[in-house]
Amino acid sequence: MKWGVVVFPGSNCDHDAYHVLKHVLHQDVHFLWHKDKNLKTYDAIVLPGGFSYGDYLRCGAMARFSPIMKEVIQFSKKGGLVLGICNGFQILLESGLLPGAMLQNASLKFICETVTLAVEHNRNPFTKKYKKGEHLQMPIAHAEGNYFIDAEGLKELEDNGQIIFRYVKNPNGSLKSIAGISNKKGNVLGLMPHPERASEALLGSTDGLRLFESVI
Amino acid sequence: MIARIYITLKEGVLDPQGKTVQKSLNSLGFKNISDVRVGKYIEVKIDKSIKKSQAQKQIQKMCDELLANTVIENYSFEILRSAQDDRACQDDRV
Repeated sequence: MKWGVVVFPGSNCDHDAYHVLKHVLHQDVHFLWHKDKNLKTYDAIVLPGGFSYGDYLRCGAMARFSPIMKEVIQFSKKGGLVLGICNGFQILLESGLLPGAMLQNASLKFICETVTLAVEHNRNPFTKKYKKGEHLQMPIAHAEGNYFIDAEGLKELEDNGQIIFRYVKNPNGSLKSIAGISNKKGNVLGLMPHPERASEALLGSTDGLRLFESVI
Repeated sequence: MIARIYITLKEGVLDPQGKTVQKSLNSLGFKNISDVRVGKYIEVKIDKSIKKSQAQKQIQKMCDELLANTVIENYSFEILRSAQDDRACQDDRV
């Protein structure tokens, strides 16, 4: 499988994602600069965590206008797999590939800790290797992970089975403890926790690895 | 021309920052403050070559496409002919 990891100015988890894909999973993986325009040969795209464009205005608001995002939108419309982690999730929300928006954490604090997630659905391409209801350990590291969507949008997410991960103990005030959602088709997934930082025993958890393995 | 843009969180959207400011105001002795909402203020300078009506359309587009996230935020704006023109244009708030 050919993976692309997008590098925006201010991305800082790009190398972590690259490392897991290349050295742990032995995948064909390439960095993509935010000005790149050709995704034709790729099977899956990762929007990594970080502080793209300094988080100015709103997290992910500027990255959405990077030339590559137009291509990522086209890529996803054709069924290509797109994974947004942390800031990557925020970019997916700002670009309209996923519904809803992020607010500041209810505590107003940047939270950096390992949390327990529950797998809500395992029919998604990224969660096939998990059991439904399974608990996973993954780290979070964000100040704006307080997911919000209006009542109508929430109902749609729930009815379509788009809520993929929930926090077992809500760390940030996120609506209905939502930690990760997919689009209706299921080929676009965004989550605040970092599976790429939970893919090697040395780092304390390998629960994130199966997310990547599900796709392969 | 100068556009003054005000971006506020929609009603019903939790504002943790506003809540914290409110608590601080309460503990300072302002007991009659029951709610605080924190928003953003943006000033945009617009070239004089376009009409005010065109500028209004432009600012609206900017707000919809970038400056505000209309999932969680509302916006309003006013366009002044110059910074000194403040009082004359008070009624221009859109």
